[in-house]
Amino acid sequence: MDRTLSAGYLGRRFVLYAVLVAFAAFFLIPLAVVVINSFRTLEEITQTSVLGIPRAMRWDNWAQAWGSYCLAGSCTGIRPYMWNSVALVVPATIISTLFGAMNGYLLSLWRFKGSNFIFGVVTFGVFLPAQMKLVPWAITLRELSLSNGLSGLILIHVVQGMCFTTLFCRNYYVNVPADLIKAAKVDGADFLQIFCRIVLPLSPPILIVTVIWQFTNIWNEFLYAITFSEGSHRPVTAALMAFSANIAQAREYGIESAAVLLAALPTLLVYLFGGKYFLRGLTAGAVK
Amino acid sequence: MSLLQDSGFDAVPGHRRAAVRRRWMARALEQLSKSFAYLVLASVVIYVVGFTLWTMWISVTESTLLPNYGYVGFKHYQRLLQARVWQVAYVNLAIYGTSFIALTGVVGMILAILIDQKIRAENVLRTIYLYPMALSFVITGTVWAWILNPSIGVQHLARTLGWVNFRFDWLIDRDMAIYTVVIAAVWQASGFAMALFLAGLRSLDNDLYKAAQIDGASASRMYVRILVPAIWPIVIAVLIILLQVALKTYDLVRALTAGGPGIATTLPANVVYDYMFQRGSMGAGSAAAVMLLASLLIVILPYAAIQKIRSRKRVDHG
Repeated sequence: MDRTLSAGYLGRRFVLYAVLVAFAAFFLIPLAVVVINSFRTLEEITQTSVLGIPRAMRWDNWAQAWGSYCLAGSCTGIRPYMWNSVALVVPATIISTLFGAMNGYLLSLWRFKGSNFIFGVVTFGVFLPAQMKLVPWAITLRELSLSNGLSGLILIHVVQGMCFTTLFCRNYYVNVPADLIKAAKVDGADFLQIFCRIVLPLSPPILIVTVIWQFTNIWNEFLYAITFSEGSHRPVTAALMAFSANIAQAREYGIESAAVLLAALPTLLVYLFGGKYFLRGLTAGAVK
Repeated sequence: MSLLQDSGFDAVPGHRRAAVRRRWMARALEQLSKSFAYLVLASVVIYVVGFTLWTMWISVTESTLLPNYGYVGFKHYQRLLQARVWQVAYVNLAIYGTSFIALTGVVGMILAILIDQKIRAENVLRTIYLYPMALSFVITGTVWAWILNPSIGVQHLARTLGWVNFRFDWLIDRDMAIYTVVIAAVWQASGFAMALFLAGLRSLDNDLYKAAQIDGASASRMYVRILVPAIWPIVIAVLIILLQVALKTYDLVRALTAGGPGIATTLPANVVYDYMFQRGSMGAGSAAAVMLLASLLIVILPYAAIQKIRSRKRVDHG
């Protein structure tokens, strides 16, 4: 009796792990495809498909993808576009996070008449599809002559990002005990002092979540990037599309694989090292 | 007032002036920082409300490449509703949306339940299931386009392995292409559904598990009868989120199929962009965007209303 039970148990555990591993394989296949193909030659790929093992390692794909492959008429590889993305993501993330913390502080701890209404507007802004804002942005950026550069995109992501960062921080600060703030006010602390001395020191967890969320979203963002940047000013997601839209030359799948991996690397690393915070952001920003 | 009172006790005039100046500076800084904060917050409100109204306004004007604020009524809306591309886009959305939501929900739930079986290497598996969420849809679309491309992907592999008549060409098949978008989207979002479902299952009371076990129910029946129904609110929330993702899908289509073959995989969000920036019709594009928003609201508002009523009830009873 005992033996059949344990045999049945073992069988069930085996099936359980088999299914889990099968799913893991399904999720890993695309990653494996780009990693493996980044070391294969074009001839090999066209002969045996993108699903194959390299016969000889070709390291050159990486160098070309980074520095010399031609896309959209200029042979610079993916490097300048990666730097564009960095130059876009870093200021946009920092500014939108700081402003979001300030907004969240105002909305939760300095409640005023209409603060609930404003919070409703912010939530609506998180949920509003980007398509509703494209034309106004196009007109605004044209008026400010920021249409085709990174500064326009930074402005967009600061303003747009503030909806998310405000939502995150407000929902976090709501749980700061009101008595703490009251006591500080009685002691004569003012708006700025309370923010700097009480609220900010309590904030690291939510600020990490917010920064990771903003970094990942802005790095991966495509619609604004493709609409409001041109040529050498493109961030990397938009440049990758130029890669694949390039029909004048044969598709260099090996080099493209390396380029795709390079473009995905920053957010993948953030995910691997900040997974817990990444997941928290996903849950909090789920209304998107 | 307080300034005057304090100054009366200040013996040394130099110190007094410094103290006054310091206090004045502090007060100015206080006012300045506060007004700045209010200004930033106000700009968010102006942005959200203003841009929404602006797009709505443009949707009832003649605007083409440049804004032109002559009122034309609901002309763009009427034309759009009759346009074949708009109708096809909504049919595509219906097919894509239902398959994507159903499959992501099912796969997410299966994964969550399996992971809930006290398994080894839980963290590794969860990391693997969720990593696609860290990638851009552009990358997902690009890579799946290779795998599904008949001339270099799965079909090619099967044929080189000797299975000469193997066919898997959904990517270029008008009727099946929309399902390639489904495959890529399910691949990207299932881990997210899993994470939320798992968090729900883990938040359940241990007693519920024990009661279910004492009842003598088998593991699978325990989940179907007791545990999944217990996290029903989370399931609904996840489905609503996925519905939103489906309605907003844009980049994935652009990277995977570019809307083709023909317009077989074009979704409403792609049509919006097309009108705005390819056909140079801001008016029609804005009308399409407003209709997209309306579709979203039709889904979200009832859900939000029910949530509100519920939370109010909870407060009343609590």
